[in-house]
Formats: sequence, C-alpha cells, structure tokens
Amino acid sequence: MSFEEEISKGNFLIPECTVCKKLVWPPAEYCNDCMGKTTLKEGNFQGKIIEFSKQNEDYFCIVEMEDSFRIIAKITKEPRIDQMVKISKCGINEGNYFFEVS
Amino acid sequence: MNKVGIAAYGITPFTKDDKKIESILFESAKNLFANNPKIEKNEIDAVLVSTNNNSKYLAPILSESLGIQPKTAHSIENLCNSGTNSIVSAYSYIASGLADMVLVSGAERYDSPGQILDWDNSRGEFKHPIFWASIFTSSYKRKFSVTDEQLALVSVKNHSHAQNNPNALSKKTYSVQNVIDSKKITEDIRLLDCSRSCTGSASIILASENMIKKITDQPIWVSGVGQKTISAGFTKNESFYSMESTKHATKIALQMAGKKIEDVNVAEVHDAFSVCEPMALEAIGMSNPGEGTTLVKELYETKNLKINPRGGLIGCGHPLGATGIAQTIEITQQLQNNAEKRQIENANVGLVHNMSAAATSSTILVLEK
Ligand SMILES: [Zn+2]
Repeated sequence: MSFEEEISKGNFLIPECTVCKKLVWPPAEYCNDCMGKTTLKEGNFQGKIIEFSKQNEDYFCIVEMEDSFRIIAKITKEPRIDQMVKISKCGINEGNYFFEVS
Repeated sequence: MNKVGIAAYGITPFTKDDKKIESILFESAKNLFANNPKIEKNEIDAVLVSTNNNSKYLAPILSESLGIQPKTAHSIENLCNSGTNSIVSAYSYIASGLADMVLVSGAERYDSPGQILDWDNSRGEFKHPIFWASIFTSSYKRKFSVTDEQLALVSVKNHSHAQNNPNALSKKTYSVQNVIDSKKITEDIRLLDCSRSCTGSASIILASENMIKKITDQPIWVSGVGQKTISAGFTKNESFYSMESTKHATKIALQMAGKKIEDVNVAEVHDAFSVCEPMALEAIGMSNPGEGTTLVKELYETKNLKINPRGGLIGCGHPLGATGIAQTIEITQQLQNNAEKRQIENANVGLVHNMSAAATSSTILVLEK
C-alpha cells in the first residue's frame, strides 16, 4: 500500500520512519533524516491553522499537521489562526492532491 | 580564485509575443554581439542557457546558431532564479580557471511551464503562485499590521519606473486606487499586485580579468555571490512573512564582497508580487522587519529610483529564465552610468536579488565598478 493509493481512496495516512519514528513529509519511501524505510501510519491526526486566505467562496489555509509538517487545505467556514482541525476529505483530482479540513 | 567581471550584455523587449524559444534566445545574444564588436566569438569557452522551457539541448542549439563551438554548453533550470544560477555557474567556471569567457543567455515564453511546481503536492490543489503570494500577503499584513494600500504602492512605483525602460512589458502608470480596484485574484491580491509571465530574453558575457580588458573599458565586477536553498516545497518555509533564504544569501554575498548593506547604492529585488518587495528589502537588511513599505513610500515620494529602477518584475514582466539576467544587466548599466532616464547618481555598488518558488531558494549578487 502506498500513500497515493490510500489518498486516492480518500484515506489520509502519514509515512513514518520505521527506524527513527520521524513523520516523513512529503510522502516518501525513505526517511529524509536517517534514510530508513517508511511505513504508513493511520490515525486521527490533528492539524492547526497557521495562515489563510480566500478565493471566491472558499478559504485556503496552511495547516500544520501533528506539529510536524504543513499542507494547504480548503476549509468552507471562516477559519481562525491556531484553530485545531482534522482532515475531513482528501483525494487526487486531475493529478493533484486535495485536502479539506474542518 | 580569478576575478570575474561582466563584459557585455544584450536584451530584448519583454512582450506577450508567441515566438519559438530558440528564436527568443538568439535575439538577445545577437544584440549582445551587435553592441560589442570587440568580442571574438571563438574565444567563448562556455555557453549556458537559462530557461524553464522543456526544449532539450538549447545551449548547443544556441551555440550552433551563433556559429561557435564552445568547450562547454548546457542548460540550467531552477525556476525563477535560473538566471542568477546561470551567472553563478559562469562565475565558477571563470573563477576556477576552467573558462575565460562565458556567454549566459536566458529566455522564456509567456506560457512557461516554470510557473507551476507539479512536484509540490503539499500545496494540494493550490499550486499556482497566486496562492503562495496570498499566504505571504495575508501573513505579512497580519504580522506587521500592513494594509493593502501600503502594498499597492509597490506596484504603483514599479509600473512608474518601467515607463523609463523601453524593454518593459508595462506601458502604463497606475494609482494606488487603480491597483486596489484591479481584478480581485484572491482576498489578498489584485491583478496589479502580480508580475506577469511574458516572452523575453537577456544575455550577458562574463569574463576573466585578462579577457575583459580586450572587450570593454567599463567592466563591472562580480564581487559577492551568495545562495541558499531552504526547501523545494512552499510549506517548508520557516515563516510566511519573511524570506529566510534571502537573509542567508545576502549575508554570504556581502561578506564575500567585504561590504555592508549601507554601501549598496542600487538594487534589483525580486518583486514577483507586491508583498515580495518589502519582504526582500527586510531580508537584505535595507529595512527593519515590517518596515519595508515605509521605505517603498519614501522612495516613491522622493522619486528615488534606488530599488528596482528598471521597474522590477511587476513593471518589466517576468520571463522566468531571463529575469535574473535582466536584473543583472540593469545593475551593470547603473554602475556604468549607462542607464539613461533611470540613472541613479553615484552608483558604485549594486545588488541583485533573485529567488524561486516563494523564496524557498535565493541568489544574491553584489556588483561593483
Ligand atoms: Zn528515520
């Protein structure tokens, strides 16, 4: 199972190094610290909104996941800085990942 | 290390023309040779092509079309700072003694694939540069209580400077209100806050001290080179209201040149979007954090052309692979007292700031008479 296979099914899993236990982002087969092999970790991951802007009706925000790495995700309700969120939707659309948080 | 200087340059107008990349590249190199009859084409040791265009083998193609057979010929791509990366490579070839004379030519088409970094999936569906620019703007305004109007003045100033640059894409001046009233791209940026992709080319010849004497009596020396890469991915930027890679690169370049930022009389900074100019001014140390727009306002009100005299990216347009070279040509002209209507008085030390992908990497060059 690969990150892409999982996200294309709407599952958000995070690669974790089997050696040093670091979360590895962007998703990769090997750790960018110790070069150890990674495995996908399931969980109810926490995100925190760091910054946001808005295009048309949708907000897009920088979300820091698990105090570790950041993604840009969509959010429909007006966000607040430092608001805690979870990934409510994700997938691949026309070759691009997409993330939505709430 | 051998001393390295700028011996010659050539540039094309920046336009929205639909032309082949090979033709665009050739045009600025042709202008360079036309303006500098003393150059012996056959003495060019290396040809470096800076572009994000997907065409292959462009440096040998350019060499063949110029009728030369250099020792070294290859392309260099690093998104928006491909141009200064090529100049740094040329510098290294000459400083090391591998080459005495290097032609660096940069070119891009208006539809460059270099605008989108497909790899950066952390950005989700928000891969276009307008999204990082919106995040930078939102973060910068929040951190330093800066307004859209203060940022809009960057665009007003740089469009105004561009009117003295016959090669610039912009042919109009705008007011702060025009910028605010221009098409809303996102909540945080307007169309006139953006530099525009365009078609254009710029070429430069770097040479060793011995070689340069044969070509020009106005050499401009590259006295400082600084570079830093923080990451490839936008979301790995340490902050969204400051340019960390630029800070590092400036420190290295100024140290190499033995200069302080106060010694710099003229600079081209990478204003890809309005917010980038104050952020760059703060990162290179010309302004305190959060005070970049104060300097922009002061320069505009006193008609001081010190920052982005050619009009910056916003005024000139941004043909990615040519931009860093065009910035370097502007500073060269300023130091040679050849900048005509854009000329700054007593320009002895100049600086070029060229960055890629939301300042995830930066190059700084210090140039001197
Ligand atoms: Zn590891």
